[in-house]
Amino acid sequence: MNKEIRILSPCGILGYGYPASSFLRGMEEEIHGIVVDAGSTDAGPHKLGAGVSIVSRRATKKDLEIILKNGVPRNIPIIIGSAGGAGARPHVEWTLDIVNEILAENGLQAKIAVIWADFTQEEIIEANNQGKIKPLSANIPSLSNEMIQETGSIVAQMGHEPILEALHNDSDIIICGRAYDPSPFAAIGIYHGMDEALSYHLGKILECGALCAVPGTTKDCILGTIKEDSFTVKSLNPARKCTPMTVAAHTFYEKEHPYLLHGPGIELDLSQCEFTEIEDGVVQVTKSKLTKPEQMFIKLEGARRVAYRTFVIAGVRDPILLENIEEIQQAVKEQVTEYYPEIDTEDYEIHFYNYGMNAVLGEMETEPFRGHEIGALFEVIAKTQELANTICATVRSTFLHYGYDKRKSTAGNLAFPFAPSDIEFGAVYEFSIYHLMEITENPFRIEYVQGEM
Amino acid sequence: MTSLFELAKVLRSKNSGPFELTLDILFDSKENYDRVKYSGKISVETICKLYNITEDQVHHLVFFDQALGVKITIARKTSSGTVGDRDVYGAQQHAPLMKIMIE
Repeated sequence: MNKEIRILSPCGILGYGYPASSFLRGMEEEIHGIVVDAGSTDAGPHKLGAGVSIVSRRATKKDLEIILKNGVPRNIPIIIGSAGGAGARPHVEWTLDIVNEILAENGLQAKIAVIWADFTQEEIIEANNQGKIKPLSANIPSLSNEMIQETGSIVAQMGHEPILEALHNDSDIIICGRAYDPSPFAAIGIYHGMDEALSYHLGKILECGALCAVPGTTKDCILGTIKEDSFTVKSLNPARKCTPMTVAAHTFYEKEHPYLLHGPGIELDLSQCEFTEIEDGVVQVTKSKLTKPEQMFIKLEGARRVAYRTFVIAGVRDPILLENIEEIQQAVKEQVTEYYPEIDTEDYEIHFYNYGMNAVLGEMETEPFRGHEIGALFEVIAKTQELANTICATVRSTFLHYGYDKRKSTAGNLAFPFAPSDIEFGAVYEFSIYHLMEITENPFRIEYVQGEM
Repeated sequence: MTSLFELAKVLRSKNSGPFELTLDILFDSKENYDRVKYSGKISVETICKLYNITEDQVHHLVFFDQALGVKITIARKTSSGTVGDRDVYGAQQHAPLMKIMIE
């Protein structure tokens, strides 16, 4: 076998943008798949919980337009991983709608495979009752059925198997619900009979776009080529270069272990990998290994609504106030609580984050405060939005006028940058499910639709 | 004595999933990497002291020679993006490492 399989990764997250010139440079080569990851848990549980995307519809359409206009007429399979950010039903439908709009506007036709990653509460409860669910890491609590019932949106990360099936069914565009980030990339290599370990390792490198190059960015294109016993990566923008160090370092990126990576039904061992520059800016990787564990697990993700938030951001410049700000904030908190004896203190929380003092590291901060001003952000977390608004308004007025010891600035304590000062944030979510579920067969459902002309 | 800040090429933190935080220290020379690796300063004890955490909260501490890098993964006290979290992406939790002094 002497074939090479080339995969173009336009950018790290669909909707982040990339130079069209980089993409078109990729089009000059024979490309076997254009694959773009759209998802991440990085931005927290809100996207999954609220069913919204983290990038705008306009930006997503801009990115997809270049991909579809170039890929569809050339019959290059296009795969979108973790559509819409979190890969649940509303995210997949949102993406499908954008894809259809582009196809219609450009007079293109395509066979679209939609791979759903949603699970019902009943399915998860049943698996939980059968003892098939375990926490992903030691600090995640065991899953109770009550927790599952409170979780509105549950998805699982798919491996390459359903994507492979969609490729075998001659799909032009494959829109995946939540997928293990490297899987959609790996599927292209595996479809063409290439080594699974190399396919997955390359997927791990490609899923962040040009982040494996220097200067690194998620907003540019990268080309991956799988060969018989190696793969290579190169930047499609002459302004960036891949080096053995940048590619090896990227193997490290945002995973809990530098060279042992777990995915659905696979374990990658990259401890023996060799990273070599074979020509200027082209890095070759060899000796990626992959094993298949006896039991197949998929990662579940679920988000539940835990509270509502209202917050205020204000500046504090008065040096006398700054001297004892934390004590004063504590006193403000107590005064507010005393003002509302009729409200159960379990129903709300008041938090202060003093930017410039300890807001980022919180109780882990060891650096003494040295500034002359701080950004004081305070929030109220409550059972209802109305309660959060009410308590926050009282915190704001109490803090604004609080008569602390040695005070000279009797007109007010806070510099608000905006009017109104109080920002109604809406619902706050948490990852209530982040567990592994044992499966015996591929549970992901594929639906085929004809993209209209 | 030189600070880790001066010796490392990359010193970063990031979520590895919503329940863990991973700290990467990467070097651009084998000399600096070896100097840090064999100094014994990058240890579970050092991390516990710097982040005010217990040993069971340090999930991994691994040197990866090919990448000239060290990876340390610790448990998050609050899961990403929910009530009480201060750093949703976990991208600004690396700073305490910078001051580690290497002989």
